[in-house]
Amino acid sequence: MLGRTLREVSTALKQGHITPTELCQKCLSLIKKTKFLNAYITVSEEVALKQAEESEKRYKKGHSLGDLDGIPVAVKDNFSTSSIETTCASNMLKGYVPPYNATVVQKLLDKGAVLMGKTNLDEFAMGSGSTDGVFGPVKNPWSYSKQYREKRKQKAHGENEDSNWLITGGSSGGSAAAVAAFTCFAALGSDTGGSTRNPAAHCGVVGFKPSYGLVSRHGLIPLVNSMDVPGILTRCVDDAAIVLGMLAGHDPKDSTTIQDPVKPFTLPTSADVNKLCIGIPKEYLAPELSSEVRSFWSKAANLFESEGAKVIEVSLPHTSYSIVCYHVLCTSEVASNMARFDGLEYGHRCDINVSTEAMYAATRREGFNDVVRGRILSGNFFLLKENYENYFIKAQKVRRLIANDFVNVFNSGVDVLLTPTTLSEAVPYLEFIKEDNRTRSAQDDIFTQAVNMAGENLTSAIPEPHAKEPEQLHVTSFSYLPMTNELAGIIETFVVT
Amino acid sequence: MAALMLRWSCLGKRWVLACIDGGSRHGRGAAIGLTSRRKRGQSSVAQQPLIAVQKSRKGEHEWAAVVGLEIHAQISSNSKLFSGSQVHFAAPPNSLVSFFDASLPGTLPVLNRRCVEAAVMTGLALNCRINKKSLFDRKHYFYADLPAGYQITQQRLPIAVNGSLAYSVSVGKKPSQVSTRTVRIKQIQLEQDSGKSLHDEPRSQTLIDLNRAGVGLLEVVLEPDMSCGEEAASAVRELQLILQALGTSQANMAEGQLRVDANISVHHPGEPLGVRTEVKNLNSARFLAKAIDFEIKRQIHELENGRKILNETRSFDDKLGCTMPMRDKEGKQDYRFMPEPNLPPLLLYDTASLPPGADPQQVINIDWIRERLPELPGKTREKLIQQYGMLPEHSFTLLNEVGLLEFFQNVIKETRAEPKKVTSWVLNIFLGFLKQQNLAVNESPVTPSALAELLNLLDRKAISSSAARQVMDMKRGNPRAINKLIGLVRKATLSRADPTVIKEILERKLSS
Repeated sequence: MLGRTLREVSTALKQGHITPTELCQKCLSLIKKTKFLNAYITVSEEVALKQAEESEKRYKKGHSLGDLDGIPVAVKDNFSTSSIETTCASNMLKGYVPPYNATVVQKLLDKGAVLMGKTNLDEFAMGSGSTDGVFGPVKNPWSYSKQYREKRKQKAHGENEDSNWLITGGSSGGSAAAVAAFTCFAALGSDTGGSTRNPAAHCGVVGFKPSYGLVSRHGLIPLVNSMDVPGILTRCVDDAAIVLGMLAGHDPKDSTTIQDPVKPFTLPTSADVNKLCIGIPKEYLAPELSSEVRSFWSKAANLFESEGAKVIEVSLPHTSYSIVCYHVLCTSEVASNMARFDGLEYGHRCDINVSTEAMYAATRREGFNDVVRGRILSGNFFLLKENYENYFIKAQKVRRLIANDFVNVFNSGVDVLLTPTTLSEAVPYLEFIKEDNRTRSAQDDIFTQAVNMAGENLTSAIPEPHAKEPEQLHVTSFSYLPMTNELAGIIETFVVT
Repeated sequence: MAALMLRWSCLGKRWVLACIDGGSRHGRGAAIGLTSRRKRGQSSVAQQPLIAVQKSRKGEHEWAAVVGLEIHAQISSNSKLFSGSQVHFAAPPNSLVSFFDASLPGTLPVLNRRCVEAAVMTGLALNCRINKKSLFDRKHYFYADLPAGYQITQQRLPIAVNGSLAYSVSVGKKPSQVSTRTVRIKQIQLEQDSGKSLHDEPRSQTLIDLNRAGVGLLEVVLEPDMSCGEEAASAVRELQLILQALGTSQANMAEGQLRVDANISVHHPGEPLGVRTEVKNLNSARFLAKAIDFEIKRQIHELENGRKILNETRSFDDKLGCTMPMRDKEGKQDYRFMPEPNLPPLLLYDTASLPPGADPQQVINIDWIRERLPELPGKTREKLIQQYGMLPEHSFTLLNEVGLLEFFQNVIKETRAEPKKVTSWVLNIFLGFLKQQNLAVNESPVTPSALAELLNLLDRKAISSSAARQVMDMKRGNPRAINKLIGLVRKATLSRADPTVIKEILERKLSS
């Protein structure tokens, strides 16, 4: 049952094959069994059971709230959840219990979803491994897959059983792991530079990044206000579409959401791609790309072509500038957003009370890890009067050029872009930590962050399940680990035809 | 300050403390020369320098002072600029704080329409150009009463620019000697107010009240077109009247609804401007004038003694009557301005540019607001002069006293007496009476009807003016005055009226 899609389970609930309480208990039990993954920071057992009970009552009366009623979901721990601790995996917010729900959380709850818990992440969503939070790293469930264990047995002898586990990617690694390990049917992540798509790729699930302004950020503890979006992680594209339909739309509490009404949609059961024009950006053929990913990319392109789509090469000329541009803008906004964490109104406060300044300094040193502090310092540097023009303004101008690259491509008849999400498959933790967070982020965000700056929506999807037999590709590819290709584009066009 | 004053007189300077003491309206022979570089308003009175020029002992060098103002007016609205919490004066501490005001992570600003309208109204009243597109920015600094670590303001592109404010100053001893001046308005911007800090020295702690955090402010920046405390105070007073007439701010300085920072520098005419200091948070018109004039003199004194002026922030100690350095900053603060990413550009329209089919709830039409602007003080004074033939200085007094204009107009309505008589009675006898009793107009025991009736009696010559004054005396609480009145009435009725009845009637009338 837990391996089903959201839609399948929802049908099962409606038909009474399983009750919300049973479903909830199964998930809770699996969460306990998979505790070693460290995907969850908080498991909201009592709350979940209560919500399941309410859902059951509704089903009995025949008043179900829809496709999400009774469905176990998880939420990344940088979304504000009323009465449930929200930590952002940081000492700064350990013990912080918000008094309100993020809009997206509220929408899920209003549709009857059952909240299993808050998932683990890199501290304040800064990172691409889900390794730098105060509650420890998240382990990729695929580390424990039969194939991977077989491969490891062949390679290293006398090694500790669990020492070579793989990272989930980040920063929404907990959410991706929670979905991949079947402990819930959908999870919320956040995406600023790839934080939903990267772990989705590494954990073999679908990660959807909506266009900026489509989904409300009210209650999402911000990293970069002008790029953040809530992300959706599910095990198939159809499930992501269901959740998106519940979440999209204008929120008066978020002035950056678009005013236009959002029409609900359903994906067609069979994808007809022969009217589709798919662009392959040549600049994304990076030398660091692993051969497996490259071949996978080609295979996906060929698959589309064989189904009748037009596949052409396109150019996004400013791609090479985007990672630096992203870094300047991201750190600047981070420096600003983190200014509120001073220990006065909420969160961690140090013991020093010599002076206000001393208190601020100690609180922030104790509350933030090196990654966060590093970004704050960089950001403040870029925002100094003498630097602002050369760094921040310049970066905004370059950002405009990058966004225009996408606009130009989509205006030239291309409907969708097809690119890899990551440079390679998920790496072992021990290898990942050989480089620092900043280096890793710069490397790993290479395919994903340009689109955040442009505001476009992105799916990191395994297109195969909706095309032909997925096994075919998996078996023929070298990798036994999921890799995903990224589908950037105007997803509405794709699904509505 | 006392020591400084002594030194001045010892040095035998010609000018004394004209602008400092209460008689600043009649400032004469004071030290500061006027720069003729700025434009002056039109006036029927010849443009005399407000104060004479000081000649220093060395080299006959004049000094010119340059004063600019940054005025923060709290917007009169039900809720705050970016959140729905209420705006009330003197509520229990931390009882009007929304999640956003407390900077809870994940909260976002939502712009208050009423505040935008208030800004547009004020901009129009001050002859500004309203920017159809304006932007919001973050101004960063750490302080306990600023929960987010930044203030949302409009640094790059404010909502209104390039306006002007006309005000009057007295230029002679006689009340009729007034001159109109104009000060240019650089800009008006919307920004958040901060919370309040209460320093508890004995316990070495600071108490923070966030009720005020996030309240909408209009910052009105006046160019340095003023040259002394009185001009600044007059300009501020006129701005107060305008804001109150518009209803955009109650502008009560004592309640902190209007706060003024002054930028002051001195230089020799013809030479470049001097280093300026900022004097902050002046919360009464009187202190404003005193502080500015003190600071001008202090700067002149420092420079004449070979010292330099530091570009610093100072506060005014009203007990000592002097300015003191405020912040211990080594170098200037860098506020690291950054665009506010959670607020899109603010777009305003006029009738020509209004998008078709636009929801009136979602758009603001500048023309619509302009058509509905209330009457401004300048216009009101003009009408009073034309309608009632009163002198300009009378029209100023009528508007300067809270509630007096309304009182006057109510009396006019109910009396047949000549307007000039009414004016005279209201401004001299009535106002004098209030001042003596230390009462505000709305606390007056004399109602407009009562005064109207009294004036009617006077007009009919039923009572003499001395009798009328006795009535006021009566109100002053002099019970024996009523006997005199009874006597007078009896006389007027040729002894036909019954004294008891007269007393009854009088008491009834007087107590109403």
